[in-house]
Amino acid sequence: MTTEIESPLSEAITTRDRVTIRFAGDSGDGMQLTGTQFTRTTAVYGNDLATLPDYPAEIRAPTGSLPGVSGFQLSFSSNDIHTPGDNPDALVAMNPAALKTNLGDLVRGGLLIVDEGEFNATNLRKAGYENNPLEDGSLSPYRLLRIDITKHNASALDGLELGAKERFRSRNFYALGLVLWLFSRPMDTVVRWATDKFQRNPVVLEANLRALRAGNAFGETSELVHERYEVPPADVAPGVYRHISGNEATALGFVTASQLAGLPLFYASYPITPASDVLHELASFKRFGVKTMQAEDEISAVCAAIGASYAGQMALTGTSGPGLALKSEGLNLAVMAELPLVVLNVQRAGPSTGMPTKTEQADLLQAMYGRNGDSPVAIIAPSTPGDCFWMAIEAFRIALKYMVPVIILSDGYLANGSQPWPIPRLEDIPPVEWRHAEPGSASHAYERDPETLARAWAVPGQAGLEHRVGGLEKSYETGDINYEPGNHHKMTLTRAERVARVVSDVPDIEVTGPAEGDLLLLGWGGTYGAITSAGERARSEGKAVASAHIRHLNPFPANLGEVLSRYDKVMVPELNNGQLSVLIRSQFLVDAIPFNKIAGQPFKITEISGKIDEVLGISGPFEFEF
Amino acid sequence: MTSASANGAIEEEIPLLTRKDFVSDQEVRWCPGCGDYSILAQMQKTLPGLRIPREEIVFVSGIGCSSRFPYYVNTYGFHTIHGRAPAIATGLKTARPELTVFVITGDGDGLSIGGNHLMHLLRRNVDVTVVLFNNRIYGLTKGQYSPTSPIGKVTKSAPMGTTEKPLDPIKLALSVGATFVARSVDRDTKHLEATLATAAKHKGAAFVEVFQNCNIYNDGAFASFADKDVRQDRMVYLEDGKPLRYGKHLEHGIRLNGFQPEAVENPMSDDELLVHDTSRDDIALPMILSGMDYPDFPVPLGIFRQVERETYDGLVAQQVDVARDRAEPDLEALIAGPETWNVL
Repeated sequence: MTTEIESPLSEAITTRDRVTIRFAGDSGDGMQLTGTQFTRTTAVYGNDLATLPDYPAEIRAPTGSLPGVSGFQLSFSSNDIHTPGDNPDALVAMNPAALKTNLGDLVRGGLLIVDEGEFNATNLRKAGYENNPLEDGSLSPYRLLRIDITKHNASALDGLELGAKERFRSRNFYALGLVLWLFSRPMDTVVRWATDKFQRNPVVLEANLRALRAGNAFGETSELVHERYEVPPADVAPGVYRHISGNEATALGFVTASQLAGLPLFYASYPITPASDVLHELASFKRFGVKTMQAEDEISAVCAAIGASYAGQMALTGTSGPGLALKSEGLNLAVMAELPLVVLNVQRAGPSTGMPTKTEQADLLQAMYGRNGDSPVAIIAPSTPGDCFWMAIEAFRIALKYMVPVIILSDGYLANGSQPWPIPRLEDIPPVEWRHAEPGSASHAYERDPETLARAWAVPGQAGLEHRVGGLEKSYETGDINYEPGNHHKMTLTRAERVARVVSDVPDIEVTGPAEGDLLLLGWGGTYGAITSAGERARSEGKAVASAHIRHLNPFPANLGEVLSRYDKVMVPELNNGQLSVLIRSQFLVDAIPFNKIAGQPFKITEISGKIDEVLGISGPFEFEF
Repeated sequence: MTSASANGAIEEEIPLLTRKDFVSDQEVRWCPGCGDYSILAQMQKTLPGLRIPREEIVFVSGIGCSSRFPYYVNTYGFHTIHGRAPAIATGLKTARPELTVFVITGDGDGLSIGGNHLMHLLRRNVDVTVVLFNNRIYGLTKGQYSPTSPIGKVTKSAPMGTTEKPLDPIKLALSVGATFVARSVDRDTKHLEATLATAAKHKGAAFVEVFQNCNIYNDGAFASFADKDVRQDRMVYLEDGKPLRYGKHLEHGIRLNGFQPEAVENPMSDDELLVHDTSRDDIALPMILSGMDYPDFPVPLGIFRQVERETYDGLVAQQVDVARDRAEPDLEALIAGPETWNVL
């Protein structure tokens, strides 16, 4: 057995301020679990971190095939970081297919751990390798560590009443144990989690714990590994932290909004990747009075939510892009009936079914304009996994105050990505206010609050407020059906003005970097981390580049136009073919420079840096390397 | 601030209401002579008898002539979008199970564009009353064939006659597990009123098909068996526990030969006749009855099926209660999650 490592035999611990590691294997190899458990340990250890799960749409693509590869990347650091890293410093490849699909991203000289037991003729053929890459020298640019994980793992489980298949399944724990040792992490967080998770299946628990310890011991006792890494805890703000994903944070935000408002939450949804986890989470919050409904389709889901809104409760539906398309008719009913409704859209790559498990932010214009008639709704977007919590609350705050539908544009990257999150104290969260019409307070259902233009929310059960609403145009004066030309004109302008007035609750946009300069990077949604990091990098190189991130997309913050005017150029990086840039151009007549990536993957910092240099005239045209 | 769950009115003394209390201030705008008028009138007569305050009642409708109904009833009302009333009513009733909810729909709204939602409302057994106005035509869009139009029917959209086999609303409701399935007709006002009242009192999803004459686009669609002078000979009134008899003097009857119903003229006694039973768990009997059609058979009117099953909205509410009993809701603990660490 040979390795490419040319370091002294005695193992040394190297301190690094940031490491990016990717676990890759067959979708049945449990790589998401390995990644998640390494992440939890790392979070508890005190590093700042960001994660990027990347898995196939097929639940079980053919074993060993290229489409079946599932990956999980995380970056952890002793500094404040914003992204899961551009390129991994270390790659764990559990089979040839995982090696083939991921090797291109590994930095030269990076650590490459492979399960050589899986590099047999069949698997090599499935991955399309003519020669075994472990033997042909093609891996020489990397520090290759070949370990027969399959064999070592199987012998660690000797004596357990498990079939070969079940033994094979514990390989991910073996790999996890090894990597924990490599990065000087304790095993106790994983042990605690596994003990709880597998409490009903003691044999599987024993197998997984043995595998974990065997992998860990292998790192310590074998002489293969000559270098360990230490990434000291990050210097972050004091407080109590937890590890949280975007979808978890979103669900917590909704239930928190409901509890703060003292109004029951009703969530209707049709299962769809990558939004289904929000349904799973909320379905487990019944003790908080949350009612969830798995509807027969997307249309039913939005309509059931509208029914709950009409009934006077906090109404919510969630979906991804194809579902938002189906909900557009229902959304328009909420616009016309002027009912508070929150629609969560966890965006994914489109159009049509597109790439369900890949991220994109290409539904902005659908959210803005994808309905018949002039049909404005409020639109907001979280910027980080933790921010999903705050924007979930913000959505209800706007919907209930202005009696409008609010669309939240999350995305697959935020939803499945995770970060350490400072746990907020309840008393620090601003209240969520609402008001049902008092009997006698309104002469008809469309009587408006003069300040917000919100109509009275008269709900069934209130005597004296019986009324009829619906999708037909109503009289501004009486709330009855009305087809008069002047009335429709007035009502259309009123619906638009009501959404425009939300601006008084929208905080001014803040700029990171110089208050004026050569270039402003303007982003929205899940690209926050990459854009912010690219801005920081540019400034560290002496460039007058600032960044700003829009969380309220309709209406925009009041100061946005003024902020844009302070920079010579405005560049809009987006994971779509140019959508925010269209809105910026049309609303502010600013010659915004679009920078678009439509690859189902988040931006790498280096990509934005490359485009910055092009825009500033420092380098030639930027080209993506996919 | 008013609590959303305020429902004190039900325990208080409910004033006696009359039909007039359920008439709204809106001018009714159906064509003169439309069967909808009769259904509206019977509903307004039925509502006082439910002894439910007006503000606890909600009418939800979709799109079509029938779906204008909520504007004319002085309760809460929601005239929604095409085919979606069952979905909206499901959300409404699940959020607020204490409300009494009606869905008003038609053969196009409920069986074509909204067929999926109707099926699932009935399957779930949401505690609402669905009244489906079946005129076997599209009225509001001016005379296209509907999913209940007979094959060969000549309409604007089928000048050579339709090429589609119609569906039977009763069979659909039975097959998806509806716990209350009934049929009535606009012209038999007494039967209609009684059927609506029984349906409204049913705990669970109640489905009522009403044969409704569209005198503009499909006039006389039911006249051959539902007109007053022929009705007794050409329709059979289903009554639970009673033999199926029809005719002016109830002189004729229906018997069962294997799975095949047979019309018997002047049977010797009730013993040979089919006895109706609405409470059967299986749907074989009502399915057989629903297959009877004029001119081979008298058309059955009345309750095909009436059984008790737990309601969707009730079970959802029950799970919330059970979850609360199991674990005290602690929002701070929920937000903190299973694992936290301190940064000093």
